[in-house]
Amino acid sequence: MAYPATYRYTKQHEWINVKDGVGTVGITDYAQHELGDVVFVELPKPGAKIGAGKSFGTVESVKAVSEIYAPVSGEVVEANADLEATPEKLNTDPHNSAWLIRMTLSDQAELDKLMDVKAYEAFIAEKNKEASA
Amino acid sequence: MRYLPKSPAERKEMLAVVGCKTADELFSSIPERYRLKKPLNLPAPLSEAEIIQYFKARAAENSLGYTSFLGAGIYNHLRSVITDTIIQRGEFLTSYTPYQAEISQGTLQSIFEFQTLMCQLTGQEVANASMYDGSTAATEAVLMAERLTSRRLVLVARSVHPEYRAVLQTYAKNSGLRVEELPMNSHGTVDARALQSRLKDDVAAVLVQSPNFLGVIEPLAELSNLVHKSGALLVVSITEAVSLGLVSPPSDADVVALEGQSFGLPPSYGGPYVGVIASRDKFVRQMPGRLVGQTTDSHGRRGFVLTLATREQHIRREKATSNICTNQALCALAATTHLTLLGKEGLREMAHQNLSKARFALAELEKIPGVRRAFDAPFFNEFTIELPRSVRLVNAQLLRDKIIGPFVLGAAYPDLTKHALVCVTETITRAEIERFAGALRHALEQPL
Repeated sequence: MAYPATYRYTKQHEWINVKDGVGTVGITDYAQHELGDVVFVELPKPGAKIGAGKSFGTVESVKAVSEIYAPVSGEVVEANADLEATPEKLNTDPHNSAWLIRMTLSDQAELDKLMDVKAYEAFIAEKNKEASA
Repeated sequence: MRYLPKSPAERKEMLAVVGCKTADELFSSIPERYRLKKPLNLPAPLSEAEIIQYFKARAAENSLGYTSFLGAGIYNHLRSVITDTIIQRGEFLTSYTPYQAEISQGTLQSIFEFQTLMCQLTGQEVANASMYDGSTAATEAVLMAERLTSRRLVLVARSVHPEYRAVLQTYAKNSGLRVEELPMNSHGTVDARALQSRLKDDVAAVLVQSPNFLGVIEPLAELSNLVHKSGALLVVSITEAVSLGLVSPPSDADVVALEGQSFGLPPSYGGPYVGVIASRDKFVRQMPGRLVGQTTDSHGRRGFVLTLATREQHIRREKATSNICTNQALCALAATTHLTLLGKEGLREMAHQNLSKARFALAELEKIPGVRRAFDAPFFNEFTIELPRSVRLVNAQLLRDKIIGPFVLGAAYPDLTKHALVCVTETITRAEIERFAGALRHALEQPL
């Protein structure tokens, strides 16, 4: 699965796509692959304040429960309610319809600390090399 | 279960393997000043014959021939030897947590049946298996409501078991959960007006017990309306599970916390007992404790597995729904066996006998001059009476007649100085009730 060129990425495998001041956040294809079949997603309520690098929810798969970390600081505007009933979408469409939250950003400059698509692809290529070594 | 100590030769062999001369050398990494220099203060070893002698002597100290009217959270009920036979089978008695479903179908199925029975009895959709006891179940149920509502205040009825309230206070003390008590009215039930005025949008849960600690059945439907209007959750604690054979199930509750001792577990000092939390399906992910689910294997056959284990401590560590990390599987099995033996009609009959005998006892006691029923609300197998003098003094007299008297309510409620909580289960005969009434009448006639 291709990684969208306009997104920014974290080392914990979250992505953020900022449009008109609102950031949409999700987990990457690499993350969903590592997790395996996702069975439950726990997300914050609108209005919740979240901090860059801090956990804001969990993704539960058949083999593990993983924290999801906020790529940037801000306030939650919307959580993806579809995932309550169909968490498995995270496995099939992690970069689009299975987004997790929409948020406002309190500091645009935080985006510069994140990886662009090239850097992220290099990062996971390195990870895959480690794994196969 | 046997305890086989190591022989001196075996100890020597083991020490040789790790390269130590003495057991003390094993502990050489512990700084000198932290080591105990003298032997432990324990009695000397005994031979097998001496141990048998010792326990025979202890067993002979047990009191025999007493009739008990003490309940207050723990109840004496009839139980079958079949229950003990089943739970003493090695497959159940010594089995570990059934993590490996492929070798644990019997244990898993028995737990699944337990959960099913608890759901049927409580009118709820999902039940865990299990908590330590009713008190920890009640507290965990409140914490569950706290997580579900993201609110930090719990209102607890004063008519909830005082020890349950103490357990909740212990948990709340350092967790930031605020606990406030709700008064009771002259009928011995939760003061609905006080409840209404205290229900603000910061209340996570209202904890009530029914039948409550004074024996009285709470008007749960009415309370639930008030509680739900404010967005709080209603947590119902049940200490006398046999009541569910007759009283309507607490289906208005959002979370039910049950003490299952009455189902096949004898009253014994310190337990072990078994607690249960039952709730709505939609709240299952915030429910603590173990759950067994039914599924099909790769050949399409019915099977059972531990499910939703990702909520639990061994996977989620400090983010688990609770720090409970065990369950009471054997006690739950006793309850399952007991209820299966009784069946629906049997449980109803048992409950009915409790109510009838308690009613008869109350009528007999009310005939005694100065004895008064304290609360007029309906009860199950316990009721509160007011005596013309100290319950402690009266109980001391009753004990001489081999009667274990009612619970001294003044011990938990300073305002109920002359109140006694009388418990009458199906184990008490009509003759025993009459003997009790006679002894009480006699005790009250004695000069002070």
